[in-house]
Amino acid sequence: MTSIGHSLSTRLLHWAMAFIIISMLCLGSSMIQSLDTWQMEAVKLHKSFGIVALILVIVRLFNKLISKSPPLPNDLPKWQKFAAHVTHFSLYALMLAMPISGWLMQSADGREVSLFNLITLPQLIHADIKMYSLFREIHGYVASLFFLILFMHIGAALYHGLVRRDGVLSSMTSGK
Amino acid sequence: MKKFQNSKLARILLLTIIMTVVVITILFLAGKFSPQKLTAQQFVNLQQGDNTHAGFRRAHAKGICIFGDFESNGNLASYSSATLFEKRISPFIGRFSIAGSNPTAPDLKAPVRSLAFVLNNDTNQEWRVAMNTPPVMAVTNPYDFFEQIQALSPDPITKKPDPEKIKAFFKEHPESKAFNDWKANYVPTNSFATEQYHSINAFYLIDKSGHKQAVRWVAVPQATKESLPKLDVDSADALQIQLSKILKNNTIKFDLVFTLANAQDDENNPTIPWPDEREKVTAGTLNIISWEAQQNGKCADKNFDPLVLPDGIRATADPILRARGAAYAESFRRRAKEVLLGTQEIVRSQVGNEQ
Repeated sequence: MTSIGHSLSTRLLHWAMAFIIISMLCLGSSMIQSLDTWQMEAVKLHKSFGIVALILVIVRLFNKLISKSPPLPNDLPKWQKFAAHVTHFSLYALMLAMPISGWLMQSADGREVSLFNLITLPQLIHADIKMYSLFREIHGYVASLFFLILFMHIGAALYHGLVRRDGVLSSMTSGK
Repeated sequence: MKKFQNSKLARILLLTIIMTVVVITILFLAGKFSPQKLTAQQFVNLQQGDNTHAGFRRAHAKGICIFGDFESNGNLASYSSATLFEKRISPFIGRFSIAGSNPTAPDLKAPVRSLAFVLNNDTNQEWRVAMNTPPVMAVTNPYDFFEQIQALSPDPITKKPDPEKIKAFFKEHPESKAFNDWKANYVPTNSFATEQYHSINAFYLIDKSGHKQAVRWVAVPQATKESLPKLDVDSADALQIQLSKILKNNTIKFDLVFTLANAQDDENNPTIPWPDEREKVTAGTLNIISWEAQQNGKCADKNFDPLVLPDGIRATADPILRARGAAYAESFRRRAKEVLLGTQEIVRSQVGNEQ
Protein backbone atom coordinates (compact mmCIF):
# COMPACT_ATOMS: atom_id res chain seq x y z
CA MET A 1 0.00 0.00 0.00
CA THR A 2 1.37 3.43 -0.92
CA SER A 3 0.20 6.82 0.20
CA ILE A 4 1.42 10.36 -0.17
CA GLY A 5 3.90 11.07 2.62
CA HIS A 6 4.49 14.06 4.86
CA SER A 7 5.67 17.35 3.35
CA LEU A 8 9.34 18.28 3.53
CA SER A 9 8.63 21.01 6.11
CA THR A 10 6.81 18.51 8.34
CA ARG A 11 9.62 15.97 8.07
CA LEU A 12 12.36 18.52 8.77
CA LEU A 13 10.49 19.81 11.82
CA HIS A 14 9.82 16.26 13.02
CA TRP A 15 13.41 15.08 12.84
CA ALA A 16 14.92 18.32 14.16
CA MET A 17 12.61 18.14 17.16
CA ALA A 18 13.17 14.43 17.63
CA PHE A 19 16.88 15.12 17.93
CA ILE A 20 16.39 18.06 20.33
CA ILE A 21 13.78 16.30 22.50
CA ILE A 22 15.79 13.12 23.03
CA SER A 23 18.96 15.14 23.72
CA MET A 24 17.11 17.42 26.13
CA LEU A 25 15.47 14.56 28.04
CA CYS A 26 18.84 12.82 28.47
CA LEU A 27 20.71 16.02 29.32
CA GLY A 28 18.01 17.07 31.76
CA SER A 29 17.97 13.81 33.68
CA SER A 30 21.76 13.62 33.90
CA MET A 31 22.43 17.26 34.75
CA ILE A 32 20.13 17.28 37.79
CA GLN A 33 22.30 14.50 39.24
CA SER A 34 25.67 15.79 38.20
CA LEU A 35 28.24 17.28 40.56
CA ASP A 36 30.70 17.72 37.68
CA THR A 37 32.14 21.02 36.48
CA TRP A 38 30.19 20.93 33.20
CA GLN A 39 26.85 20.97 35.03
CA MET A 40 26.51 24.76 35.02
CA GLU A 41 27.09 25.02 31.26
CA ALA A 42 24.73 22.08 30.72
CA VAL A 43 21.93 23.96 32.47
CA LYS A 44 22.57 26.99 30.25
CA LEU A 45 22.46 24.81 27.12
CA HIS A 46 19.31 23.10 28.38
CA LYS A 47 17.58 26.46 28.78
CA SER A 48 18.72 27.72 25.36
CA PHE A 49 17.55 24.61 23.57
CA GLY A 50 14.34 24.72 25.57
CA ILE A 51 13.61 28.07 23.93
CA VAL A 52 14.51 26.60 20.52
CA ALA A 53 12.13 23.69 21.18
CA LEU A 54 9.33 26.06 22.20
CA ILE A 55 9.75 28.10 19.02
CA LEU A 56 9.86 24.93 16.91
CA VAL A 57 6.70 23.46 18.42
CA ILE A 58 4.81 26.69 17.71
CA VAL A 59 6.08 26.68 14.11
CA ARG A 60 5.11 23.05 13.91
CA LEU A 61 1.56 23.66 15.09
CA PHE A 62 1.16 26.30 12.37
CA ASN A 63 2.70 23.94 9.87
CA LYS A 64 0.22 21.28 10.91
CA LEU A 65 -2.65 23.64 10.13
CA ILE A 66 -1.44 24.34 6.60
CA SER A 67 -0.07 20.96 5.53
CA LYS A 68 -2.16 17.85 5.19
CA SER A 69 -1.10 14.70 7.01
CA PRO A 70 -1.53 11.40 5.18
CA PRO A 71 -4.38 9.29 6.58
CA LEU A 72 -3.64 6.11 8.54
CA PRO A 73 -4.04 2.87 6.54
CA ASN A 74 -7.66 1.80 6.18
CA ASP A 75 -7.00 -1.73 7.38
CA LEU A 76 -5.44 -0.58 10.66
CA PRO A 77 -7.41 -1.97 13.63
CA LYS A 78 -9.58 0.62 15.33
CA TRP A 79 -7.72 0.43 18.67
CA GLN A 80 -4.43 1.07 16.90
CA LYS A 81 -5.88 4.10 15.13
CA PHE A 82 -7.14 5.35 18.46
CA ALA A 83 -3.77 4.73 20.10
CA ALA A 84 -2.06 6.62 17.27
CA HIS A 85 -4.27 9.67 17.78
CA VAL A 86 -3.84 9.62 21.55
CA THR A 87 -0.05 9.30 21.22
CA HIS A 88 0.20 12.12 18.69
CA PHE A 89 -2.01 14.41 20.70
CA SER A 90 0.03 13.60 23.84
CA LEU A 91 3.29 14.33 22.03
CA TYR A 92 2.12 17.83 21.10
CA ALA A 93 0.86 18.44 24.62
CA LEU A 94 4.20 17.28 26.07
CA MET A 95 6.19 19.34 23.57
CA LEU A 96 4.38 22.44 24.85
CA ALA A 97 4.32 21.45 28.53
CA MET A 98 8.08 20.80 28.79
CA PRO A 99 9.46 24.22 27.81
CA ILE A 100 6.60 26.15 29.43
CA SER A 101 6.91 24.35 32.79
CA GLY A 102 10.69 24.83 32.59
CA TRP A 103 10.33 28.55 31.95
CA LEU A 104 7.78 28.86 34.80
CA MET A 105 9.95 26.98 37.31
CA GLN A 106 12.92 29.19 36.49
CA SER A 107 10.80 32.32 36.93
CA ALA A 108 9.47 31.00 40.24
CA ASP A 109 13.05 30.74 41.54
CA GLY A 110 13.87 34.19 40.13
CA ARG A 111 16.27 32.78 37.55
CA GLU A 112 16.65 33.99 34.03
CA VAL A 113 16.14 31.92 30.91
CA SER A 114 18.19 33.13 27.98
CA LEU A 115 18.83 32.00 24.44
CA PHE A 116 22.62 31.56 24.25
CA ASN A 117 23.02 34.85 26.21
CA LEU A 118 21.48 36.71 23.25
CA ILE A 119 17.89 37.19 24.33
CA THR A 120 16.60 36.92 27.88
CA LEU A 121 12.99 35.84 28.29
CA PRO A 122 10.74 37.87 30.59
CA GLN A 123 9.84 36.46 34.00
CA LEU A 124 6.43 34.81 33.70
CA ILE A 125 5.61 34.84 37.43
CA HIS A 126 7.02 36.28 40.65
CA ALA A 127 9.47 34.23 42.68
CA ASP A 128 7.51 31.88 44.95
CA ILE A 129 8.63 28.63 46.53
CA LYS A 130 5.27 26.86 46.09
CA MET A 131 5.04 27.82 42.42
CA TYR A 132 8.63 26.68 42.02
CA SER A 133 7.79 23.29 43.45
CA LEU A 134 4.61 22.95 41.39
CA PHE A 135 6.36 23.60 38.08
CA ARG A 136 9.56 21.78 39.06
CA GLU A 137 7.56 18.63 39.81
CA ILE A 138 5.45 19.04 36.66
CA HIS A 139 8.66 19.41 34.62
CA GLY A 140 9.96 16.15 36.11
CA TYR A 141 6.76 14.12 35.73
CA VAL A 142 6.16 15.38 32.21
CA ALA A 143 9.71 14.31 31.32
CA SER A 144 9.03 10.77 32.59
CA LEU A 145 5.77 10.66 30.63
CA PHE A 146 7.65 11.92 27.58
CA PHE A 147 10.09 8.97 27.77
CA LEU A 148 7.10 6.59 27.93
CA ILE A 149 5.18 8.16 25.03
CA LEU A 150 8.38 8.32 22.95
CA PHE A 151 8.90 4.62 23.56
CA MET A 152 5.38 3.92 22.28
CA HIS A 153 5.85 6.28 19.32
CA ILE A 154 9.15 4.74 18.19
CA GLY A 155 7.82 1.24 18.79
CA ALA A 156 4.70 1.91 16.73
CA ALA A 157 6.71 3.54 13.93
CA LEU A 158 8.97 0.49 13.69
CA TYR A 159 5.94 -1.81 13.84
CA HIS A 160 4.54 -0.01 10.80
CA GLY A 161 7.89 -0.04 9.02
CA LEU A 162 9.10 -3.54 9.82
CA VAL A 163 6.06 -5.66 10.59
CA ARG A 164 3.15 -4.13 8.71
CA ARG A 165 5.24 -2.44 6.00
CA ASP A 166 2.32 -0.17 5.25
CA GLY A 167 4.17 3.03 4.31
CA VAL A 168 3.46 4.88 7.56
CA LEU A 169 7.13 4.94 8.55
CA SER A 170 8.37 5.96 5.11
CA SER A 171 5.84 8.80 5.04
CA MET A 172 8.02 10.45 7.72
CA THR A 173 11.43 9.28 6.45
CA SER A 174 11.54 9.51 2.66
CA GLY A 175 8.19 11.26 2.41
CA LYS A 176 6.80 8.64 0.05
CA MET B 1 17.24 -14.22 3.21
CA LYS B 2 13.99 -13.60 1.41
CA LYS B 3 12.36 -16.14 3.64
CA PHE B 4 13.72 -14.36 6.68
CA GLN B 5 12.42 -11.00 5.46
CA ASN B 6 9.00 -12.47 4.91
CA SER B 7 8.83 -14.23 8.25
CA LYS B 8 6.65 -12.07 10.49
CA LEU B 9 8.20 -13.58 13.58
CA ALA B 10 11.69 -12.57 12.43
CA ARG B 11 10.54 -9.03 11.77
CA ILE B 12 8.92 -8.78 15.20
CA LEU B 13 12.18 -10.06 16.67
CA LEU B 14 14.10 -7.36 14.80
CA LEU B 15 11.65 -4.76 16.13
CA THR B 16 12.22 -6.00 19.67
CA ILE B 17 15.99 -5.86 19.26
CA ILE B 18 15.91 -2.33 17.90
CA MET B 19 13.62 -1.14 20.69
CA THR B 20 15.91 -2.72 23.30
CA VAL B 21 18.90 -0.92 21.79
CA VAL B 22 16.92 2.36 21.75
CA VAL B 23 15.98 2.01 25.43
CA ILE B 24 19.51 1.06 26.51
CA THR B 25 20.99 3.96 24.53
CA ILE B 26 18.58 6.45 26.07
CA LEU B 27 19.15 5.12 29.59
CA PHE B 28 22.89 5.34 28.97
CA LEU B 29 22.63 8.91 27.69
CA ALA B 30 20.49 9.82 30.69
CA GLY B 31 23.32 8.64 32.95
CA LYS B 32 21.58 5.60 34.39
CA PHE B 33 24.50 3.21 33.86
CA SER B 34 27.04 4.88 36.09
CA PRO B 35 25.94 3.83 39.59
CA GLN B 36 29.43 4.37 40.99
CA LYS B 37 29.13 8.06 40.16
CA LEU B 38 28.17 10.22 43.11
CA THR B 39 24.95 12.17 42.48
CA ALA B 40 23.55 15.40 43.90
CA GLN B 41 20.73 13.31 45.37
CA GLN B 42 23.17 11.09 47.30
CA PHE B 43 24.98 14.17 48.49
CA VAL B 44 21.81 15.76 49.86
CA ASN B 45 20.77 12.42 51.40
CA LEU B 46 24.01 12.44 53.36
CA GLN B 47 23.55 16.05 54.44
CA GLN B 48 19.98 15.61 55.63
CA GLY B 49 20.80 12.43 57.55
CA ASP B 50 18.19 10.00 58.85
CA ASN B 51 16.09 12.57 60.62
CA THR B 52 14.82 14.94 57.91
CA HIS B 53 13.17 18.20 58.85
CA ALA B 54 10.44 18.79 56.27
CA GLY B 55 10.40 22.23 54.70
CA PHE B 56 13.92 23.14 55.86
CA ARG B 57 17.22 23.40 54.06
CA ARG B 58 19.11 20.10 54.11
CA ALA B 59 22.28 21.90 55.11
CA HIS B 60 22.44 25.00 57.30
CA ALA B 61 18.82 24.35 58.29
CA LYS B 62 18.77 26.83 61.15
CA GLY B 63 18.89 30.50 60.34
CA ILE B 64 17.30 33.89 60.54
CA CYS B 65 16.22 36.23 57.73
CA ILE B 66 17.92 39.61 57.43
CA PHE B 67 17.24 42.63 55.24
CA GLY B 68 19.33 45.57 54.23
CA ASP B 69 21.40 46.97 51.44
CA PHE B 70 24.83 46.93 49.91
CA GLU B 71 26.34 50.38 49.67
CA SER B 72 28.92 50.12 46.90
CA ASN B 73 31.71 52.70 46.94
CA GLY B 74 32.57 52.20 43.27
CA ASN B 75 36.10 50.94 43.94
CA LEU B 76 35.44 47.63 42.22
CA ALA B 77 33.74 49.13 39.16
CA SER B 78 37.02 49.19 37.22
CA TYR B 79 37.35 45.42 37.73
CA SER B 80 33.76 44.38 37.13
CA SER B 81 31.04 45.62 34.82
CA ALA B 82 28.37 44.49 37.31
CA THR B 83 26.15 47.53 37.95
CA LEU B 84 25.98 46.67 41.65
CA PHE B 85 29.67 47.65 41.97
CA GLU B 86 29.04 51.15 40.66
CA LYS B 87 28.64 53.81 43.34
CA ARG B 88 25.11 52.90 44.33
CA ILE B 89 22.89 51.20 46.89
CA SER B 90 21.35 47.76 46.14
CA PRO B 91 18.83 46.08 48.44
CA PHE B 92 19.23 42.48 49.60
CA ILE B 93 17.37 39.67 51.31
CA GLY B 94 19.77 37.56 53.35
CA ARG B 95 20.19 34.98 56.04
CA PHE B 96 22.50 34.21 58.94
CA SER B 97 22.68 30.49 59.61
CA ILE B 98 24.59 27.73 61.36
CA ALA B 99 25.88 24.47 59.91
CA GLY B 100 23.88 21.27 60.31
CA SER B 101 20.56 19.79 59.25
CA ASN B 102 18.61 20.52 62.44
CA PRO B 103 16.47 23.69 62.37
CA THR B 104 16.34 23.84 66.20
CA ALA B 105 20.00 23.08 66.92
CA PRO B 106 21.66 25.16 69.64
CA ASP B 107 23.28 28.21 68.05
CA LEU B 108 26.45 28.03 70.08
CA LYS B 109 27.29 24.39 69.31
CA ALA B 110 27.66 24.77 65.55
CA PRO B 111 31.19 24.60 64.12
CA VAL B 112 30.41 26.89 61.18
CA ARG B 113 28.35 30.06 60.77
CA SER B 114 27.15 31.53 57.50
CA LEU B 115 25.99 34.70 55.85
CA ALA B 116 24.06 34.48 52.59
CA PHE B 117 22.25 37.08 50.54
CA VAL B 118 20.45 37.71 47.27
CA LEU B 119 21.25 41.16 45.96
CA ASN B 120 18.99 42.89 43.42
CA ASN B 121 16.30 40.30 43.88
CA ASP B 122 13.58 40.61 41.19
CA THR B 123 15.95 41.71 38.44
CA ASN B 124 17.90 39.81 35.83
CA GLN B 125 21.09 40.98 37.51
CA GLU B 126 20.74 39.06 40.78
CA TRP B 127 23.83 38.23 42.76
CA ARG B 128 23.45 35.27 45.11
CA VAL B 129 26.15 34.82 47.71
CA ALA B 130 26.70 32.09 50.30
CA MET B 131 29.61 32.70 52.66
CA ASN B 132 30.98 30.69 55.58
CA THR B 133 33.31 31.29 58.50
CA PRO B 134 36.16 29.03 57.22
CA PRO B 135 38.36 30.82 54.66
CA VAL B 136 39.16 27.60 52.73
CA MET B 137 37.79 24.14 51.99
CA ALA B 138 39.46 21.00 53.34
CA VAL B 139 39.28 19.29 49.94
CA THR B 140 39.32 20.19 46.27
CA ASN B 141 36.32 18.36 44.81
CA PRO B 142 32.79 17.19 45.67
CA TYR B 143 33.77 13.51 45.79
CA ASP B 144 36.36 14.07 48.51
CA PHE B 145 33.96 16.45 50.22
CA PHE B 146 31.38 13.64 50.36
CA GLU B 147 33.93 11.38 52.04
CA GLN B 148 34.89 14.18 54.42
CA ILE B 149 31.26 14.58 55.55
CA GLN B 150 30.99 10.79 55.91
CA ALA B 151 34.14 10.69 58.03
CA LEU B 152 32.91 13.51 60.28
CA SER B 153 29.36 12.13 60.64
CA PRO B 154 28.33 10.57 63.95
CA ASP B 155 28.62 6.81 64.13
CA PRO B 156 25.12 5.22 64.00
CA ILE B 157 25.82 3.22 67.19
CA THR B 158 27.84 5.54 69.41
CA LYS B 159 26.12 8.68 68.03
CA LYS B 160 29.52 10.35 68.07
CA PRO B 161 32.02 10.98 65.28
CA ASP B 162 34.76 8.38 65.20
CA PRO B 163 38.13 10.11 65.82
CA GLU B 164 39.98 7.26 64.09
CA LYS B 165 37.95 7.74 60.93
CA ILE B 166 38.53 11.49 61.00
CA LYS B 167 42.25 11.01 61.51
CA ALA B 168 42.42 8.51 58.65
CA PHE B 169 40.56 10.86 56.32
CA PHE B 170 42.78 13.86 56.97
CA LYS B 171 45.90 11.72 56.72
CA GLU B 172 44.83 10.79 53.21
CA HIS B 173 44.14 14.42 52.37
CA PRO B 174 47.20 16.58 53.04
CA GLU B 175 45.54 19.37 51.06
CA SER B 176 43.33 19.91 54.12
CA LYS B 177 46.25 21.40 56.09
CA ALA B 178 45.22 25.04 55.73
CA PHE B 179 41.65 24.18 56.73
CA ASN B 180 42.78 22.26 59.79
CA ASP B 181 45.19 25.02 60.79
CA TRP B 182 42.30 27.49 60.62
CA LYS B 183 40.09 25.14 62.61
CA ALA B 184 42.68 24.65 65.33
CA ASN B 185 42.96 28.42 65.86
CA TYR B 186 39.38 29.45 65.28
CA VAL B 187 37.42 30.65 68.29
CA PRO B 188 33.78 31.44 67.52
CA THR B 189 32.92 35.02 68.42
CA ASN B 190 29.94 35.82 70.60
CA SER B 191 27.78 37.13 67.76
CA PHE B 192 26.74 36.66 64.11
CA ALA B 193 27.70 40.34 63.79
CA THR B 194 31.38 39.87 64.62
CA GLU B 195 32.34 36.88 62.45
CA GLN B 196 34.27 37.03 59.21
CA TYR B 197 32.42 35.32 56.37
CA HIS B 198 34.38 34.08 53.35
CA SER B 199 33.39 33.38 49.78
CA ILE B 200 35.77 30.35 50.06
CA ASN B 201 35.55 29.63 46.32
CA ALA B 202 37.06 32.07 43.84
CA PHE B 203 35.16 33.91 41.12
CA TYR B 204 36.14 36.06 38.16
CA LEU B 205 35.37 39.73 37.95
CA ILE B 206 34.91 40.72 34.30
CA ASP B 207 35.53 44.36 33.40
CA LYS B 208 33.95 46.32 30.55
CA SER B 209 36.63 45.28 28.07
CA GLY B 210 36.22 41.60 29.00
CA HIS B 211 39.41 41.28 31.06
CA LYS B 212 39.02 38.85 33.95
CA GLN B 213 40.44 38.99 37.45
CA ALA B 214 40.17 36.06 39.87
CA VAL B 215 38.97 37.13 43.31
CA ARG B 216 37.84 35.86 46.68
CA TRP B 217 36.06 38.04 49.15
CA VAL B 218 35.34 38.28 52.82
CA ALA B 219 32.68 40.13 54.79
CA VAL B 220 34.61 41.89 57.59
CA PRO B 221 32.56 43.02 60.60
CA GLN B 222 32.64 46.64 61.72
CA ALA B 223 31.08 45.76 65.09
CA THR B 224 33.33 44.94 68.01
CA LYS B 225 32.71 42.56 70.87
CA GLU B 226 32.45 45.35 73.42
CA SER B 227 29.56 47.04 71.66
CA LEU B 228 27.25 44.00 71.74
CA PRO B 229 24.36 43.01 74.02
CA LYS B 230 25.22 40.12 76.33
CA LEU B 231 24.70 36.63 75.00
CA ASP B 232 22.21 34.36 76.78
CA VAL B 233 24.41 31.28 76.64
CA ASP B 234 21.64 29.02 77.96
CA SER B 235 19.33 29.70 75.05
CA ALA B 236 19.38 27.48 71.96
CA ASP B 237 18.64 30.64 69.97
CA ALA B 238 21.30 32.75 71.67
CA LEU B 239 22.77 34.21 68.47
CA GLN B 240 19.38 34.96 66.94
CA ILE B 241 18.04 36.66 70.07
CA GLN B 242 21.16 38.78 70.35
CA LEU B 243 20.90 39.73 66.66
CA SER B 244 17.32 40.89 67.14
CA LYS B 245 18.42 43.02 70.13
CA ILE B 246 21.20 44.70 68.15
CA LEU B 247 18.88 45.46 65.25
CA LYS B 248 16.36 47.19 67.51
CA ASN B 249 18.54 50.30 67.62
CA ASN B 250 21.47 49.69 65.31
CA THR B 251 22.56 48.69 61.85
CA ILE B 252 25.01 45.82 61.56
CA LYS B 253 27.73 46.63 59.07
CA PHE B 254 30.22 44.50 57.20
CA ASP B 255 32.87 45.66 54.73
CA LEU B 256 33.00 43.54 51.61
CA VAL B 257 36.73 43.13 50.97
CA PHE B 258 37.93 41.51 47.74
CA THR B 259 41.33 39.86 47.40
CA LEU B 260 42.78 39.93 43.88
CA ALA B 261 44.66 36.80 42.84
CA ASN B 262 47.89 37.00 40.91
CA ALA B 263 49.48 34.52 38.50
CA GLN B 264 50.79 32.31 41.33
CA ASP B 265 47.34 31.65 42.78
CA ASP B 266 45.19 28.77 41.59
CA GLU B 267 41.64 30.09 41.54
CA ASN B 268 40.30 26.59 40.95
CA ASN B 269 41.68 25.17 44.19
CA PRO B 270 39.65 26.19 47.26
CA THR B 271 42.03 24.55 49.80
CA ILE B 272 44.90 27.01 49.47
CA PRO B 273 44.72 30.43 51.13
CA TRP B 274 46.09 33.30 49.09
CA PRO B 275 48.99 35.19 50.67
CA ASP B 276 48.14 38.20 52.83
CA GLU B 277 50.15 40.57 50.64
CA ARG B 278 47.75 40.19 47.70
CA GLU B 279 46.05 43.41 46.68
CA LYS B 280 42.76 44.00 48.47
CA VAL B 281 39.89 46.24 47.41
CA THR B 282 37.00 47.17 49.66
CA ALA B 283 33.91 47.23 47.44
CA GLY B 284 31.51 48.76 49.95
CA THR B 285 29.44 48.11 53.02
CA LEU B 286 26.70 45.61 53.74
CA ASN B 287 24.14 47.29 56.00
CA ILE B 288 21.88 44.88 57.85
CA ILE B 289 18.84 46.82 58.98
CA SER B 290 16.10 44.39 60.01
CA TRP B 291 15.36 40.74 60.65
CA GLU B 292 12.52 38.21 60.43
CA ALA B 293 12.11 34.63 61.72
CA GLN B 294 12.87 32.18 58.94
CA GLN B 295 9.67 30.12 59.19
CA ASN B 296 7.44 31.67 56.52
CA GLY B 297 10.06 34.42 56.23
CA LYS B 298 11.14 35.89 52.92
CA CYS B 299 14.57 34.27 53.04
CA ALA B 300 13.03 30.81 53.35
CA ASP B 301 11.91 31.09 49.71
CA LYS B 302 15.43 31.75 48.51
CA ASN B 303 17.92 29.27 47.14
CA PHE B 304 21.30 30.92 47.83
CA ASP B 305 22.96 29.18 44.88
CA PRO B 306 26.29 30.99 44.45
CA LEU B 307 26.29 30.19 40.74
CA VAL B 308 23.54 32.75 40.11
CA LEU B 309 25.66 35.74 39.10
CA PRO B 310 25.11 39.07 37.36
CA ASP B 311 26.99 40.18 34.25
CA GLY B 312 30.49 41.15 35.38
CA ILE B 313 30.95 38.21 37.79
CA ARG B 314 31.66 34.69 36.53
CA ALA B 315 32.19 31.29 38.14
CA THR B 316 35.67 29.75 38.07
CA ALA B 317 36.10 26.05 37.21
CA ASP B 318 36.61 25.21 40.92
CA PRO B 319 34.98 21.74 41.17
CA ILE B 320 33.49 22.44 44.60
CA LEU B 321 31.91 25.67 43.38
CA ARG B 322 30.53 23.98 40.26
CA ALA B 323 29.04 21.14 42.33
CA ARG B 324 27.04 23.55 44.46
CA GLY B 325 24.49 24.23 41.69
CA ALA B 326 23.02 20.72 41.49
CA ALA B 327 23.25 20.09 45.25
CA TYR B 328 21.52 23.36 46.19
CA ALA B 329 18.85 22.67 43.55
CA GLU B 330 18.15 19.22 45.01
CA SER B 331 17.87 20.55 48.56
CA PHE B 332 15.62 23.38 47.33
CA ARG B 333 13.46 20.96 45.33
CA ARG B 334 12.87 18.73 48.37
CA ARG B 335 11.90 21.46 50.80
CA ALA B 336 9.86 23.36 48.20
CA LYS B 337 7.77 20.23 47.65
CA GLU B 338 7.21 19.89 51.39
CA VAL B 339 6.09 23.53 51.54
CA LEU B 340 3.77 23.02 48.55
CA LEU B 341 2.20 19.94 50.12
CA GLY B 342 1.93 21.68 53.50
CA THR B 343 3.91 19.00 55.29
CA GLN B 344 6.65 21.27 56.62
CA GLU B 345 7.65 21.08 60.25
CA ILE B 346 6.55 23.97 62.44
CA VAL B 347 9.41 25.20 64.55
CA ARG B 348 9.04 27.59 67.44
CA SER B 349 12.08 29.68 68.08
CA GLN B 350 12.45 31.94 71.08
CA VAL B 351 13.42 34.78 68.83
CA GLY B 352 10.08 34.52 67.04
CA ASN B 353 8.20 34.91 70.33
CA GLU B 354 10.03 38.03 71.36
CA GLN B 355 8.41 40.33 68.85
